[in-house]
Amino acid sequence: MKTIDHCFGRCLFSLPFAFCISLLIGWSLSTPAHAESAEEKGLRIARDADARDHGFSNYAAQQTMVLRNKHGQESHRKLRVKILEVPEDGDKSLFVFDNPRDVQGTAFLVHSHKEGPDDQWLYLPALKRVKRISSSNRSGSFMGSEFAYEDMTAQDVDKFTYQYLRDEPCGDLTCFVVERVPTDKDSGYRRQLVWFDQDELRAQQIHFYDRKDTHMKTLTLEEYAQYLDKFWRSGLMTMVNHVTGKSTTMMWKDFQFQTKLSDRDFTKTGLKRVR
Amino acid sequence: MLHRNVLSRIAPVAVLISGIVFGSGVRAESDIYFDFSGKISIENRWFPQTNLYSHQSRHSSGFVFEPELYFEGAEGWSFTLVPFFRHDSADSRRTHGDLREAYFLLFGELGEDEWELRVGVDRIFWGVIESNHLVDIINQVDAIEHPDQEVELGQLMAHLTLSGKWGIAEFFVLPHHRERTFPGRDGRLRSGLIVDEDHPTYESSAEQWHTDFALRYSHNFGPFDIGISVFDGTSREALLLPRFGPNGMIEGLVPHYEQIRQFGLDAQMTLEDWIWKLEAIHRSGAQNLSYEEDDYAALVMGVEYTFYSIFDSPADFSLVWEWNYDERGEDATSIFDDDLFFAIRYALNDLHDTAFFFSMMQDREHSTNVLFLEFDRRLTDQWSMNIEGFHLLNSDEKDVQADPIRRDSFLELRLNYNF
Repeated sequence: MKTIDHCFGRCLFSLPFAFCISLLIGWSLSTPAHAESAEEKGLRIARDADARDHGFSNYAAQQTMVLRNKHGQESHRKLRVKILEVPEDGDKSLFVFDNPRDVQGTAFLVHSHKEGPDDQWLYLPALKRVKRISSSNRSGSFMGSEFAYEDMTAQDVDKFTYQYLRDEPCGDLTCFVVERVPTDKDSGYRRQLVWFDQDELRAQQIHFYDRKDTHMKTLTLEEYAQYLDKFWRSGLMTMVNHVTGKSTTMMWKDFQFQTKLSDRDFTKTGLKRVR
Repeated sequence: MLHRNVLSRIAPVAVLISGIVFGSGVRAESDIYFDFSGKISIENRWFPQTNLYSHQSRHSSGFVFEPELYFEGAEGWSFTLVPFFRHDSADSRRTHGDLREAYFLLFGELGEDEWELRVGVDRIFWGVIESNHLVDIINQVDAIEHPDQEVELGQLMAHLTLSGKWGIAEFFVLPHHRERTFPGRDGRLRSGLIVDEDHPTYESSAEQWHTDFALRYSHNFGPFDIGISVFDGTSREALLLPRFGPNGMIEGLVPHYEQIRQFGLDAQMTLEDWIWKLEAIHRSGAQNLSYEEDDYAALVMGVEYTFYSIFDSPADFSLVWEWNYDERGEDATSIFDDDLFFAIRYALNDLHDTAFFFSMMQDREHSTNVLFLEFDRRLTDQWSMNIEGFHLLNSDEKDVQADPIRRDSFLELRLNYNF
């Protein structure tokens, strides 16, 4: 942006006007104007969406999950979530369970990586034991919910390949529909379809296809709110499993961005201290 | 300053009272956060086989109360208090209380690194293996709680942790020694001779007030989590010496606690569905079962393989294999002289966290097999249950440690109220 402002300022008063114009045209072409493939457009949308969330540094929030089976029976989970942005690598996440009471104080720490498997540790307060656990359980259920572990941790751009499919209305908005294919062989999904609204590139809906390419789950993200005039977060996520008839509603509240959280809160020592 | 000091001493008590009266988990105006949680369990154990020794009963029932009180100041300090009490209908020694935890916690920055200090009574666990806690040494075992020796007594300590990108270094000063708990005359799962808990002997003239030290360095990189440790002080393991009566007959056993030095290594490699584990120690200063001082090495290695989301269900199915070895062989004071351990874990990952665990320990020198079965399930947000089965198979009378408990197979049902 700075070069453009600078250029405009100078273009009006200086000689090499044509040179400035050509610079401007060159800049505008370097982004979307040439014939972009569906893969390139998909990747660009994913990168743009990701870039809009850069710089959040860290945040903490409270999460309540309501798990429903096909008979409508409900079960509740309460946890606290802390996320730390790691500039050159995947984010670090910490989940602390408050409810059900028998798992109270149990904590789950994830160091996600752009490349290679994530590192995961579980803290079991009854034994005061920190256990390294395999990240091969990515497709496993998170606390018995319809969310898999891989749905809970950072959706790093590099962990998928992309293809833009179409534009489509989504509620009052218009969405880009992008297909993304996980690169991790441990993923439980063959592919996902993501609806990004064109206004803010927020994921509005995600369709999850299992390894047999059956449309297994649908996630709907609602009640978006913007924090620090920049970062959008959904306050209500609903995951419906079409195969089992079960569903999980995830409600978020008390988002706090750019708190005192630091690297130290996301270590094995910090994990033992967690409340 | 003085005013503030006095306040900070009184405040936790005031908050404790108000917390109990008005409920817990409230961040009050006093800037001290208080939380009250814990567990009450009702427990029944049935021993289907008749007792080997007189006075032992076929059934025991009881309850456990383990609350946790937590105070946190706005400045970041915290105080944790976890008392424990068990009542047992059969064995008066198993009716016991303990202070599991009562420590102040402080932490802060040190340049790029971090420090943490815990002072008071705490529990520390080191290790990676399922069948045996070989490296773990800071706390005494509350052996009367369960034959698996997983439950530990609180230990008085000052525990300083320094951590950074280079790893985690921990320093322990342990000024007091806890005596191991043993079943009494009426209890099952005991040795033939009663252990006289009240008159232990110590190698050190300072007895239970010998100051012990420990160091540990641990780090993780890629798939590896590695820890090395050293402990110097009073052994947590009791050497059981015979106590002679006036007629020269052995009347009972007296626990004797020696001065030892132990080096430990624990390592885990987590590679996708495989977890490879190793624990090894070298201990000097301890006597063996023949009452000779015998420096020794022991190790346990194992592997765990998990089938995640087995049969397209959310369930995980794990297979665990471990081998315990102690170079003292028949003279080993531990039961793990040359033992194979095989276990399966089936976690349904359902709403109730239903899980099954089955394990078998096979002594390679004797015919003895120890079978263990566990079933866990949450009933409601606050209630949960466990069923455990413990069975000794093909007990070998030459196996001096397993033989006295050969008729002590049991079934246990536990109902927990978590608050």
